Amino acid sequence: MVLLGGIVTIIYYLLVAFIVFILIRNLIRTRRWETELLYAVVLIPFLLRLLRLK
Amino acid sequence: MSTESNAYVRKLILAAIGLVWLVSSGTSFFRSRRLEEPVVLSEGVTEVKKLSEYYDGVEGTANDCNIYILEGEEEGGTIFIMGGSHPEEPAGRLAAWLFAENAVMERGRLIIALSSNRSASTVTRIGGAYPPDFTIPTDWGERKFRLGDRWSNPLDQWPDPEVYIHYPSKQNLAFVDIRNLNRCWPGRPNGTLTERTCFAFMELIRQEEVDIYIDLHEAELQYPVISTIVAHDRGEDLAAFVSMMLTDMEGFGMGMEYSPKSLHGLSHREVGDFSNAVSLLFEAPEPFLDATRGRTTREQLLTGKDEFVVKAGEHGLLFEEIDENGWPIEKRVGRHTSAVLQTMESWTDLNPNKPLACRSVPRYAEVVANGVGHYLHNPTNPGGRRVVID
Repeated sequence: MVLLGGIVTIIYYLLVAFIVFILIRNLIRTRRWETELLYAVVLIPFLLRLLRLK
Repeated sequence: MSTESNAYVRKLILAAIGLVWLVSSGTSFFRSRRLEEPVVLSEGVTEVKKLSEYYDGVEGTANDCNIYILEGEEEGGTIFIMGGSHPEEPAGRLAAWLFAENAVMERGRLIIALSSNRSASTVTRIGGAYPPDFTIPTDWGERKFRLGDRWSNPLDQWPDPEVYIHYPSKQNLAFVDIRNLNRCWPGRPNGTLTERTCFAFMELIRQEEVDIYIDLHEAELQYPVISTIVAHDRGEDLAAFVSMMLTDMEGFGMGMEYSPKSLHGLSHREVGDFSNAVSLLFEAPEPFLDATRGRTTREQLLTGKDEFVVKAGEHGLLFEEIDENGWPIEKRVGRHTSAVLQTMESWTDLNPNKPLACRSVPRYAEVVANGVGHYLHNPTNPGGRRVVID
């Protein structure tokens, strides 16, 4: 179970990294400032998790 | 400037605002998790070990906590006090702290852990609006402590299973309790971080031939197991004796309950079953934990004042009394120090061949009169004492 937990954790962090990549890509591509603001805010908890700060 | 250039400038500004927000919150979380808690060692502390010296499966982890050993001037029994099993029950940690900074053993040996689940002390309740830390005023300034939570930090142990199957009983427990130190006893060497921590403590208890093990806790007033000693079968006589003496002599009521044989994972059951130690668990009242509390603030944590919990009491929903004076931290810590000291005295009466005697630790009335901070020493001016970071 501990080994499985380790594998799930690695997959989870890969998913978080992927979502961060998608959010940054969308932040660059979007033309509406409201959406840009939304992406900038939504990125924060994902980055905090990826950096293992929260 | 073209529309496209404007868009890029806007994106850069928004990204910069997000970055400032990220750095600001990240710094706060980083500092909170790594807040250093100094211990000004009592002259009675003869050795400071690491938990990993008993089982190396916790080496290098957040839970490789300090173990303080106080050898007595004369031989006797061995007592182990554990604070911080649930860090958000601060009276348990602070009472253990008062022993580490003041106790001198005259007879027997005292072992102390201040941050039994150190990982849990580095996180707060998700969605609970807990303050990250609290401050105790002292005679020379103030001391800041991490508040922590009931469960190990998910950064150190994750994911949780759908159902937590306790080892070795195979009893089904709440999923989140796989990160609860007081649901993982007796632990297992190849388990999760919390299970390995319990196993390491079991090894400590077995290797040091501990006679009495005490787990210091606090409980919400809506929980029936409060202001009491929970005792393993082999500790019933001792607990009844201690309960009687405290209630008679110290000015506060202390009950006594039997550790249920069919409820697994708790220290008062498993430590007694898997070692030769008599296992006891002490509970003090903490309104901060009550679900009906008002604002979850540092002040509420330390004063134990809460009008909503008082209202719950007026409706007969509580198992402990409360009024507008609340349950200040001094009373809660004092209950624990007196209960531990009384346990040593009662144990010595029942086991004169393995005596325990401790001096320089304040009892209930002294802690209430002088405050907890009066017994915490200045780490920047320790007066010749050793200072370690817990």
